Amino acid sequence: MRELFDLIYFCILVFVGYTVGTMVEKENYRSIRERESASLDLPVVAGEDFQDESIAVERSEMVYGNIVIGTDYFRLIVAGLRNLLGGEVSAYETLVDRGRREAVLRMKERAAGADIILNLRIETCQITQTGTVEVLAYGTALYYKK
Amino acid sequence: MTNIETIPGKKIIEHYGLVAGNTVRAKNVFKDMGASLKNIVGGELRSYTELLQESRAQAVSRMTQQAEQLGANAIVNVRFATSNITQGASELYVYGTAVKVE
Repeated sequence: MRELFDLIYFCILVFVGYTVGTMVEKENYRSIRERESASLDLPVVAGEDFQDESIAVERSEMVYGNIVIGTDYFRLIVAGLRNLLGGEVSAYETLVDRGRREAVLRMKERAAGADIILNLRIETCQITQTGTVEVLAYGTALYYKK
Repeated sequence: MTNIETIPGKKIIEHYGLVAGNTVRAKNVFKDMGASLKNIVGGELRSYTELLQESRAQAVSRMTQQAEQLGANAIVNVRFATSNITQGASELYVYGTAVKVE
């Protein structure tokens, strides 16, 4: 009897994880795409040499954005099964992709009024064993003299 | 503070060498319970995002304090690093080069 309850409980978790998790992911991607296209006028580059020497810089500031993002129960199970056979774990690919894009967006939002962000660095760190990661994005925002 | 090698528009007149700040934080058991619930449906764990943000700000302020003691007024080439110390605690580390600009 006990085993049956455990099994039902497990199935509910997987089902809720799948339905709600997919919804959360879709909503998340929609919001990311929307904000990404809205913030296109602030370029972010991964090097130092994109600075236009002819433009005077008023000030520069380091900006960063972070997010801790977790996967859902369904994808956790799928990734666990995947680990037995090896190969591509696409369940986690979208997780870190969402995390990175969100972290970059948050960094951009904190650099309101800046003209360019130089030397973007992205760092990812595991928080728990159960598919939770932190993503940190940072760079140097330049404000040109107007 | 910048994470490139210069302060754009300003000239570096003196170098003071490496400055660094760190902090080790453990997570809260109650927040952890909330987080494990969140792990069923996935998505952002806002309490952790904030916790790490606060801790990182502390590490940064330790670094800037150290730089000020040396007489610097800017830090260039700043880098962040995060590592898991134990299951529940992580270390946030930030380092850079203290300089004086005109």
